[in-house]
Amino acid sequence: MRISTLFYTIRQGFRNLFRNKSFTLASIATISSCLFLFGLFYAVITNFQHIVRNAEQVLGVSVFFDEGLEDSRIEEIGQLIAKRPEVASIHFVSADEAWESFKTDYLREYADGFTENPIPQSANYQINLNDVSMQSALVTYLKSISGVREVNYSEIAATTLTGINALIAYVSIGIIAILLAVSIFLISNTVTIGISVRKEEINIMKYIGATDFFVRSPFVIEGMIIGLIGAGIPLGIIYFLYNTVMDYIVERFPALINFLSFLTVQEVFNVLTPVSLGIGVGIGFLGSIVTVRKHLRV
Amino acid sequence: MDVSANRRTKRTASDNKEIISLNNVSKAYSTGAPALKDVDLHINRGEFVFIVGDSGSGKSTLIKLLLRELTITSGDINVMGYDLARIKHRKIPKFRRNIGIVFQDFRLLKDRNVYENVAFAQRIVQKSNKEIRKNVPSILAIVGLAGKYKARPRQLSGGEQQRVALARALVNNPTILLADEPTGNLDPKNSWEIMKLLEQINENGTTVLVVTHNREIVNAMQKRVVTLKKGVIVSDEEKGGYIDED
Repeated sequence: MRISTLFYTIRQGFRNLFRNKSFTLASIATISSCLFLFGLFYAVITNFQHIVRNAEQVLGVSVFFDEGLEDSRIEEIGQLIAKRPEVASIHFVSADEAWESFKTDYLREYADGFTENPIPQSANYQINLNDVSMQSALVTYLKSISGVREVNYSEIAATTLTGINALIAYVSIGIIAILLAVSIFLISNTVTIGISVRKEEINIMKYIGATDFFVRSPFVIEGMIIGLIGAGIPLGIIYFLYNTVMDYIVERFPALINFLSFLTVQEVFNVLTPVSLGIGVGIGFLGSIVTVRKHLRV
Repeated sequence: MDVSANRRTKRTASDNKEIISLNNVSKAYSTGAPALKDVDLHINRGEFVFIVGDSGSGKSTLIKLLLRELTITSGDINVMGYDLARIKHRKIPKFRRNIGIVFQDFRLLKDRNVYENVAFAQRIVQKSNKEIRKNVPSILAIVGLAGKYKARPRQLSGGEQQRVALARALVNNPTILLADEPTGNLDPKNSWEIMKLLEQINENGTTVLVVTHNREIVNAMQKRVVTLKKGVIVSDEEKGGYIDED
């Protein structure tokens, strides 16, 4: 291809945007609406996941040992637990550390009367899990280890978090499916309008002897620009909305921040920006290819 | 690479005198009704031929077959050495660049001006900007539109729009010019001007095929006339005239 033809093709792609202003605006509006819903949903769902993940990390399992168990056996038990795939981290808490922590958390000045550690059997392992749904399997295993006296865990919390995780997964799948269906419907409608506008133009090009590539290229460039703009607009709106909502929460509900941690706008946009731009450009690319292809067999 | 297919597609002597050759060509649409039936037509390089006939006689189907917009159902069709029954899809653009086409409804790009409409045909054959700047004004001068190169199609009369279409068809120096009812939307004065231009183009060596209903023009110009009726050639006369139905 000649350089002048290449530049001509690119120039035509840009000019097409203005030649069919109503089609351009309709396409941008369609892609923007779909990606706005997608972005909004993504921001909400990732924050939910973030909150649940934080809750899971706080949730732990404590393992206590038989009275008088030797230090070497305690170490062996620690190694066995650490090998388990569902274990994210394991931390040994000595009896003295446990007593110090208990004093600080609950007794404070009332602890002054104690001269010795009243809970000498409180040495334990604190275990955090990768996946809270695996808690019951781990607990069964831990109870079967010889030398383990007691395993402390919260079954309700684990079940609730597992349930929330499953719910988020189902809701995600459901909403993504609905969004996809709506997007395909809207985009196919827009493409149909585009076809009627372009049919004659494509036919003329083909009669004169244009190759499929020559006919298609300006439309593809046009489609990709539309996709890029269609993705950029909702990203800008969501960025502004996210910051506004976060500021509002911090200002009006400061207590909420203490036990719910939200993602920063950067954390959300690190993924949302490339994914939205990719989807936008992809839709524009495929939409234009499909639109033009129907008329290339002239 | 399928060498044998290439051999089949290109005729050995593409500069033969005979430039269009149809042997026993039939075309039936999916409804089953034959649009053309056992058509034999041979046109030599440099000829001027009128294709006449009533609506539904198969004239438009013939033009579409010659452009390879449609494929034949049976027979052989050869245009400028291309076997159109076997030509590969990717070779069709190159084939069409040797054919200029003019339609009754002009088919100009409405959002581009006269210059851009003509230059567009040159872009397709990848002419350089320098060549385009030289060729387009010169062809516009030939069709008498040198002063209107900035006008949009809607600002032109029917006759002027047809001249733009003609300029677009001619700018790449086609071997064959197909004109499908070129005067169908024009008044008698403009019709005659367009026909004079077609005659001039033919005198410069281009083979011209004109599909028309215009009895007066056909009878006055005394060219070869091929008459179609219900998909069959009923008459083919040198210096012929318009044959009435019935």
